[in-house]
This record gives sequence, C-alpha cells and structure tokens, in this order.
Amino acid sequence: MSKYTYIVFVASLCLGLVHWACSRPGVQTAAHTAVNTERAKDSVIIDSACWPESFSLGHVATEAEIQAWDIDVRPDGKGLPAGSGNFVDGQRLYAAKCAVCHGKTGKEGPNNQLVGGADVKEKTIGNYWPYSTTLFDYIRRAMPFNQPGSLSDKEVYSLTAFLLAANRIIDSTTVINAETLPKIQMPAQKYFVPDDRKGGAEVR
Amino acid sequence: MDDKSSDKSLFSQKIKRRSLLGGAATAAVVFVQTAFGKTIQKAIPESVFKPEDDPTKQLGPFPSELGGRSAFEKPVRKPSDISSRSPLQDFYGTITPSDLHFERHHAGIPTIDPGKHKLLIHGMVEKPLVFTVADLKRFPSLSRIAFLECSGNFRTGKEAMTPQEICGLTSQSEWTGVKLSTLFREVGIKPGATWFLAEGSDAAVMTRSVPVKKGWDDAIIAYAQNGEALRPEQGYPIRLFLPGWEGNANVKWLRRIELSDQPYMTREETSRYTETIRDGKIRMFSFDMDARSIITFPSYPQHIEKGWLEIRGIAWSGRGKVLYVEVSTDAGKSWHRATLQEPILDKAHTAFRYLWQWKGESTEILSRVTDETGYTQPTLKQLIDARGTDMGGYHLNPVTAWVIKSDGSVVFKPEKLR
Ligand code: HEC
Repeated sequence: MSKYTYIVFVASLCLGLVHWACSRPGVQTAAHTAVNTERAKDSVIIDSACWPESFSLGHVATEAEIQAWDIDVRPDGKGLPAGSGNFVDGQRLYAAKCAVCHGKTGKEGPNNQLVGGADVKEKTIGNYWPYSTTLFDYIRRAMPFNQPGSLSDKEVYSLTAFLLAANRIIDSTTVINAETLPKIQMPAQKYFVPDDRKGGAEVR
Repeated sequence: MDDKSSDKSLFSQKIKRRSLLGGAATAAVVFVQTAFGKTIQKAIPESVFKPEDDPTKQLGPFPSELGGRSAFEKPVRKPSDISSRSPLQDFYGTITPSDLHFERHHAGIPTIDPGKHKLLIHGMVEKPLVFTVADLKRFPSLSRIAFLECSGNFRTGKEAMTPQEICGLTSQSEWTGVKLSTLFREVGIKPGATWFLAEGSDAAVMTRSVPVKKGWDDAIIAYAQNGEALRPEQGYPIRLFLPGWEGNANVKWLRRIELSDQPYMTREETSRYTETIRDGKIRMFSFDMDARSIITFPSYPQHIEKGWLEIRGIAWSGRGKVLYVEVSTDAGKSWHRATLQEPILDKAHTAFRYLWQWKGESTEILSRVTDETGYTQPTLKQLIDARGTDMGGYHLNPVTAWVIKSDGSVVFKPEKLR
C-alpha cells in the first residue's frame, strides 16, 4: 500500500466506508482476499482508528472513593495527613510494636536493620534512604509486618520521629508533622542518580 | 459422559461426575457394580498404579474436569521466604506453565474477590474513573508473549547450583489485558503529568512510580495469563505489566493509578531496587532489563555422555528482540552462532540451540546474547569494571559458564563478586 492509498484507506475507515476493518473479520469475498495481507498488517497499526471517543465504561470517581485510597506521600510533602508525632511516643511504640523484628535499637534484627550510619555495611535509613517522606509512607502502608495498616497517623509520625532521631538525622526534640517532615534532608540523597544506562552496545 | 445417553455400551453408562476423580491423586479407574446393578467408574489411587503394567492391558481414566501433570513429571518452584524460582532446566520451549511462574511478593498473596475489586485512576487527569474488573474486560483487549524478570535475579557462590538457583526469577507468559494507553485515553492525561504511581492491594499496599511514557508505549493492565485468569501469585484479578521492565514495577493486585508531575520515591524505588555503581553513586529507576542468556542443558546436576548433544538455553532482552546468541564450548576461546527458535519476539524469552559433539574432554560451555540494540551480554568482570567493586546486587546479567568434567558431570562455574 502506498502512503497515499494508506491515507485514503485510513480516512475511509474512519468514515465507515470500509466497514470490515472496524468490525473484526467477518464473511469475506474474493475482493477482500486481495487486500488480506495488507489488512493483516494494518489491523495492528490502525487498531484504534475507529474507536469511539470514549467507551463509557466505569464511573467517575467520587471524592470519597479517592480519599479512601489516596494514601501516598510525595517527597514535597503532598499527601501527608494532619497530626504530628514525637520521639518519646515513637520510642515507646517502637519497643512495643517493632523491636521484636527489627531489634531493640533497630540494629539487631532479625529483620531489616533500620538504624546505622556511614560506618555500617547494611543499608539503613541513616545511610541509604534518600527521602524522609518515604519512611512515613512505608510504615503507614506496610508495618508492622504482621499487622499492616493498624497504626494511626499520629503513631506513624511518632515512629518516623523516633527512627530519624535514632539514625541521628534529627534530634529527639524535633516534632514531626506535614510541615517539618519534607524539609528533612537525608544524608544519602546526594548519592542517588537516575538510570545512566542508555541502551545500545555500552555495558554500564 | 452424557447423562441422557441411552446407549448401553460401557463408555456411555451413566456415570456420576463426582466419581471421575482424575488429577494427580488418581492414576487409573476401575468399573464397579452398584447395588442397583449399574456400572460406575471408580478412581484407583496412585499408590496402587504400577507403571510397569502393560498400558495396553489396562483401561485408563476417562475425561475429567481438570487435567494434571503426568505422575512421572514433578517440576517444582524453589521457594524461599520471599520468592520462588522457576525450574528453567525443566522447561521446553519458552512459555512458563503458570503454576511454575516465579513469585516475588512483599507481604504474601492477598485473596481478592474479582467481583469487588476496582481500579481507580486519578490525579492529574481530566476525569478520574473507577473500573470494575468486568469493565476492564469489555475494553479492546491485547495479548502479548513477554518475559517477566525480577531485577534481583542473580545468585552465585558454589558449583552445585542449577539454572533455577542462578536465575530462576524469570518466566514467560502470554499476557492478556487492556492497554494502559486505552485507559489513559478514557481519563484524559493532563499536560505535565510525567509519572504515575501504581499501587497494589496486598498487605504491603506496594507502590512504584512509573514514567507516563511507558503507559503510552506498551503497558498493559493484565487480567489473564496463558489463556486463563491470572494466578493469585501473579496479581489476580489484575496486575500492571510493563514489557521488558524489572519485575517489581509490574505491580500486582493493582487497585490504583495516580498521575503526577514527579515520582513518589516509594520504599521499593529507593531503599530497594536501586544499586550502587561507581564513585559511591546509587542508580535508581533502572527499569530496563538488559539482555541475558543461560544454557539450561547441559547444566548442574546433569551428566552428559560422549557423542552428539544439543546445547539448549534461553536468551532475552528487555530492550527489544534477540539478534543472535553465541555459544562457546572451549571456555570462551571461540564462539559459534546458535540456532534461534522462531518466533523471535520483542522482549521475550527466545530458545536457542547448538549441536555439539562431546569427545570426553573437560571444558567450559558458555552462551552470550546480543540484542537488536547492539548490546552484548557482559561477563561478570565487565560488569564490575563498569560499576565498580561495590556494585549492588540488582541488574546483574553476566555470562554463565558450566564446567564439563571428563566424567560427564556438569557444575556451575561460580565467580567472585568482589
Ligand atoms: C513481624 C515482624 C515485623 C514487625 C513487627 C515489624 N516489621 Fe518492619 N519489616 C519486617 C520485614 C520482614 C521487612 C521487610 C519487608 C520487605 O522487604 O518487603 C520490614 C521492613 C521495614 C522497613 C523497611 C526497611 C528497609 O531497609 O527498607 C521499615 C522502615 C520498617 N520495617 C519499620 C517497622 C516499624 C516502624 C515497625 C513497628 C511499627 C515494624 N517495622 C514492625 C518485619 C517486621
């Protein structure tokens, strides 16, 4: 098919002149057979040429539906809830709900080591996490591992305050809330770079 | 078995469906007379079945509702606490049986009622929409054969390692679903939206940020795999499928997509799935799976015999099609083109084979793939040279060597990471 015939072809499809390409293969006549090869090729390319503007499926999300699920937190703080937390409450909560898996001081395991600076090999919040907001977001989503989604926002703020202080990123008097959390600079952020592989022959 | 049949032959006797047990626990059936004089079929448990019996002298089981593997075939995944690996050495061709597809999840497999499950698309869109699974199935659909590989798919350390243990976190399926671009068209993506967050409804409510461009290019909201609904381990009832991109970003049990003008920096794209490279730098958003191949036969713990054998394996690239695969049977001194099995698909496991006469010498056999972008699978040394001795454990795709000993035994050649 030349470029010109292709354009006419596609245009006619949209006008509904060549009916068979919009509806999927039906009864075929001899005249159709001649263009079957082209058609097989084009059916991939022009798949959406005759689509309606909308398929009118699904329903418009209500504000309540969005609110119920929209729990993500961005590095700029968008998504952080009201409330605040502090080190003292966080320390108490940590001992009660987290220490059993992450160790008394966040270093002993058995699960992920959470506390540690440049001097330890393990990747921790202190030496590897690039954004403070991730900590709030992740704890709220996924921890405690055996009771996911059980913490209140205030408790998550407090645990965040405790873990940031334990990693010596903030001091134990800093109150953590939607204002203060995004402003905290994480020591490891400067190391992160976007994917520098570009495809092609080079091994990176 | 048709209940209405009036034919009196043995095969059309009224047989209760429940008596057709079939499956792995049943190896054959017998016919027994009921109190009413009717013949019914009864299952014989596998333990009674004697394989040495002449199969032409024993009536076999009749059709059943659900098939199963031969009792002689026992391919299994290799599970750990956090993942299970595909038995690459047991596969033929390139489609992974769905029950042997590798698994990796971060908080177990949720049980989801497909009648209640919903997908919300919102954020920087003209019209936020909620779709049921039934809605998604009504959209124009698409099927595509492609691999899915975890970016943490490399193990080394000892000779006694199988392909499954070295790189069994890759599998291939025919995925069916609706293109994400079709849904983007429905909600209307606002200018300036460059990323979207994909969120699962597992107990980790796992999230990843994905560039919007991938959504327009080839992302799929998949609801089926190899001709049936997704397996629960693969995200039932719906998952995000990003051809060629690291497994973790293909969020399973998908419930929400939010369009944004920046990435969210979730735990899985910062603390995990990032890798240290040269000069203390840490690479993030390294989505593409670079080209890789592995010989699956012969491999540990197999034994080979002198004579002709077909070296077999798979090759794939997250950046396009496999261009060619080379095999060396002399520890990398010389390389020969392997035969590729068609069709050679974009971002798909491609089978290769190379005929070789083994004369009993001890040697090493290796394979390396080159993809259509011109990238050739590197050695571990090349990767270390490129990324430094502190390189992280993700996106490692080195050439794998198998040592053939003169007694015909085959072992993995482990290389030092540091
Ligand atoms: C039952 C054991 C268990 C308990 C209790 C638990 N965790 Fe975890 N935690 C884990 C496991 C397992 C992981 C790793 C999950 C994964 O990799 O997907 C983890 C991961 C984490 C991480 C991410 C670590 C990293 O380096 O990426 C943080 C932060 C965390 N937990 C905080 C907490 C906090 C705060 C609590 C208490 C509220 C808590 N955990 C309670 C088991 C536990």
